[in-house]
Amino acid sequence: MKKYLMFFKVRFASGLQYRMASVTALTTQLIWGLMECLAFKAIAEAMGTGLPMEYSSIVTYIWLKEAFMALFLTWTGDKDIFALIQNGGVSYELCRPVSVYSMWFSRIVGGRMAEALLRCVPVLLCAALLPGTLRMGLPVSIEAFVLFLVTLLLAVGVAVALCMFVNMLCFFTISPQGWRMVLLGSADFFMGNLIPLPFFPENFRKVVELTPFPYMQNVPFRVYSGDLPVADLGPVVAKQVFWLVALVAAGLLVWKQVEKKIVVQGG
Amino acid sequence: MITMEHVCKSYKVAKRKAGIGEVCKSFFRREHEIVHALQDVSFTIGEGEMVGYIGPNGAGKSSTIKILSGILTPDSGTCTVDGRIPWKNRTEHVKNIGVVFGQRSQLWWDIPVIDSFELLKEIYSVSKENYNRKLEELTELLQLSEILKTPTRQLSLGQRMRCEVAASLLHEPKLLFLDEPTIGLDAVSKLAVRDFIRKMNREHKTTVILTTHDMQDIEAIAERVILIGKGQILLDGSLQDLRTAAGVSDVAEGSENVPGGDSKAIESENTAAQSGINLDHVMAALYKKLDIM
Repeated sequence: MKKYLMFFKVRFASGLQYRMASVTALTTQLIWGLMECLAFKAIAEAMGTGLPMEYSSIVTYIWLKEAFMALFLTWTGDKDIFALIQNGGVSYELCRPVSVYSMWFSRIVGGRMAEALLRCVPVLLCAALLPGTLRMGLPVSIEAFVLFLVTLLLAVGVAVALCMFVNMLCFFTISPQGWRMVLLGSADFFMGNLIPLPFFPENFRKVVELTPFPYMQNVPFRVYSGDLPVADLGPVVAKQVFWLVALVAAGLLVWKQVEKKIVVQGG
Repeated sequence: MITMEHVCKSYKVAKRKAGIGEVCKSFFRREHEIVHALQDVSFTIGEGEMVGYIGPNGAGKSSTIKILSGILTPDSGTCTVDGRIPWKNRTEHVKNIGVVFGQRSQLWWDIPVIDSFELLKEIYSVSKENYNRKLEELTELLQLSEILKTPTRQLSLGQRMRCEVAASLLHEPKLLFLDEPTIGLDAVSKLAVRDFIRKMNREHKTTVILTTHDMQDIEAIAERVILIGKGQILLDGSLQDLRTAAGVSDVAEGSENVPGGDSKAIESENTAAQSGINLDHVMAALYKKLDIM
């Protein structure tokens, strides 16, 4: 276990290495978040009472999304791991007396947490200081906040397990582009990154709920604002756990195949 | 320590000629060629041996190293290292080996080298005392004290290679695979690395297998040479056997006097360089003679 914590730590350290990158990313996120809030304000005013989420919940959702963006950023993927697969650096990974799956899993989690921690504090601070309806609220209750943290952790697990599954598939295609575009691109949409899931039509949402995507950021961000009541949370958490286990198992299964067949090309 | 028996490995390689027409054609029908990287390779290596594994480009050197280090499964044949089959008991096997792939890096790009070392310490579960002792030894021998705190990306190739070698040895492996470990090293670093490998072997009985195109490395380190060409072992013996096989006389061909400095190190480097040139001739003659190019 200590080994994997160390991976987490080292990846964390390299995530904090570039200060300027963090500052610029922060500015982008603040402006983007503000734009989204205003866009939804327009939608809210146009729709009047038919809004599927309260406006304050939407604002909270948006700010949490911006603050913890790094945790669920599927479309940028984890470049260093794709690079390892593509340029054969994986040969060193295979020379380590540890499970490659666990090693990469902790490495990705470490990287994402490092970035998220760097960004969430200033984003949340700014969001808390904004005037009027644009301000992000406090969690509805202490219970909701605790459950927010629990479901957030589970959500990160599900998201990383999905990425690991895609990483493993990349061993078969060499180029990660295709998998990334298709799987991770659709993930972005179906997990409610562009539009919160309550805005989707009922039937469509039922289909989406059969996939792992709504069990990522959708859950914790809506628990925080009370949009997803604490009382209804049991089955949702169960599904989070189910998808976490299922995706890890699928990833490991593919890895076993990879390990047998892998050919590191070139000298 | 190591036995390899009748190991074969072949790769399927897609081939096509240049030109747009060929690209379109290959879209529908692709021509493959089976490349036999290893054909019936057998050898044994005992504990504490230092073996140079040489051969022309594409002879199968790296494939052998990959099989021995457990990252490649051969098509047929058996191979045991320390009683274990490398690709079957991968995690157990790699605990005891150290590998340097000269063309790849095991250090984290963005962070100081010392952080990568700390990570390796945890991966191999090295105790604190052992780690500190080893690190001190490596720092001194490979002159790392200046560069340990620098992020890997800002190191020169030679500085990085010295760190790569050190990184492979932190867990005191019993078996060390060096795949072109002296690429890009300056004279001083090369000598340091060579001395260091010899010292490792002497003091810890580390078994070393070295592939390289730098014949001076072979001369300085290897007591035994295995020559591979077109996937087959062609010669297994001492450097002298190699010379005899090539039919090249042992007498230096170009013994012109190089105006040398007065320091001993430079002098020894000069003589090494001269005999190195000769050995390159020997190798070239041998490759031609055996028709393995």
